[in-house]
Amino acid sequence: MILSLNKDTIHVLKEQDVVFLKNRVKETAVKIKMGLVNQTRLLTACSELVRNMMRYADGGVCIVEVVSSGRNNGVRLTFSDRGPGIPDIAAAMRDGFSTGKSLGLGLPGTKRLVNEFDIKSKVGEGTVVTILKWANG
Amino acid sequence: MSLKTHQLLKNKKKNILELWMKNQLADEGLREDLISNDELRSQSEELITALVGNLSSENFTNFDADEWSPVIEILGGIAITRARQGFSPRETGNFVFSLKEAILEVLQQEITNDPTVLFQESLKVNRIMDSLSVVTFETFIKGREEVILRQTDEITEISTPVIRVWDGILALPIIGTLDSARTQIVMENLLQEIVETGSSIAILDISGVPAVDSLVAQHLIKTVSATRLMGAECIISGIRPEIAQTVVHLGIDLSNIITKATLASALAYSFKVMRLEVKKIGTISKF
Amino acid sequence: MDKIPILRMGAFLLVTIQVDLYDRLALNLEADLVQMVNKTNAKGVLIDISAVSIVDSFMGRIIGNIASMSKILDAETVVVGMQPAVAITLIELGLPLKGVHTSLDMEKGMNLLKSMIDETEEDADEDQTADDFIAE
Repeated sequence: MILSLNKDTIHVLKEQDVVFLKNRVKETAVKIKMGLVNQTRLLTACSELVRNMMRYADGGVCIVEVVSSGRNNGVRLTFSDRGPGIPDIAAAMRDGFSTGKSLGLGLPGTKRLVNEFDIKSKVGEGTVVTILKWANG
Repeated sequence: MSLKTHQLLKNKKKNILELWMKNQLADEGLREDLISNDELRSQSEELITALVGNLSSENFTNFDADEWSPVIEILGGIAITRARQGFSPRETGNFVFSLKEAILEVLQQEITNDPTVLFQESLKVNRIMDSLSVVTFETFIKGREEVILRQTDEITEISTPVIRVWDGILALPIIGTLDSARTQIVMENLLQEIVETGSSIAILDISGVPAVDSLVAQHLIKTVSATRLMGAECIISGIRPEIAQTVVHLGIDLSNIITKATLASALAYSFKVMRLEVKKIGTISKF
Repeated sequence: MDKIPILRMGAFLLVTIQVDLYDRLALNLEADLVQMVNKTNAKGVLIDISAVSIVDSFMGRIIGNIASMSKILDAETVVVGMQPAVAITLIELGLPLKGVHTSLDMEKGMNLLKSMIDETEEDADEDQTADDFIAE
């Protein structure tokens, strides 16, 4: 059972918002005593997803949550946008696949950095990506 | 039904306590070495006071009622302490079971005229006491788990020492099975130590690792790659012949990694890279 | 517009990144650095990232680009002082920074560059020394 303890909604539309979001995620991770390496993984994952959101959907909303399950605490981030959506999620999750000019590591790489990863997308409606990183794990 | 069992239990609290204490003290498994009789008595009294004090006709059959939480709290506290003190599950369980027996015995003494009522009330008491036993076991196991977790933390901490074998050369002997969590700690410790000592070579000795499967190999490759990204080199030593066999049979590619059979040859290789030479001095002077 | 200063020291260019890079800043750095390599005819580029706590795939790509572009202009690139947490994250992300040389600190990076340049001058075909560790 995963309980949500604290919820924060941040609108990301400009580059300054990205800096603000990253700071907030970092603060949250420090607050639940997440180790440095896991903090770095979480922030890198956040950085990848927020870039996708800015590049393909001109921004969106990120929900920062502190979650708890038993004796373990974690940070859950939910990125939702109203962009064009992803037609083939399976392809987007493969290493080296990109419709833009990037390396195509964003989504599969992000998945490797976090404990839980979920992506839902509808063409023409938008994309929602949820990631969860436990403080120790 | 005119008889109120909860009322009866309240009135007979003293009797139940005496019976319960008698049961506990008569038990062969009594642990006088772990808990004194006085302490046992005060624990028992605290629990029974909370139990009968919170009983009412409404919650008597409904274990989810809020009134039960103080009882559960006290019982949980006792179970956790017992887990830490090293009581066995049987001894902890008997604490509650002997209370059940005492209550049933009192009921039997009081309800003498109607066997049906006696049976019904006993059934209710049984249900309540079973729920309490479940709580006891849950918290007892939780207490034991905490002990195990603390020990696991301690073991991982002491089992990954990073040794400075030479100026600029670190060695990390790994003993025991490598799983994801452990490799994570090994990797973090090693990389941190590389930064702190400014060492350009790290030797990962796996002679104490019983088996290398593809997952372990993956972890080793990851550690080597991360070391290189930081600007140092990582050598894997202590590869036993049977490990070399399994690695090749599993089709794991270690060709990008510098591997040596023994820690000694890894050290010799490191000296060569650092342009150092170990020489035998011509004569040994005796003093 | 913010800029990351590029220092010239003999045949080398020194860049110390003291802030967490955002995309615009990283792109500017790439352009400025390649311009500088060309203008000063530098033989080596040292990028100190010891104060950088996050390197994502975009930043990794910029570092890779700088190395490849400098290489075409006949300059070697050494990234120095990567934090352990950053190294672990980059590997898990799947970004081993192929072709980028790395070093623990400025001094070691400088020595690595010097040895690489000596080598190329001695033997134009060989541009790897025994203790030249390429991140793979």
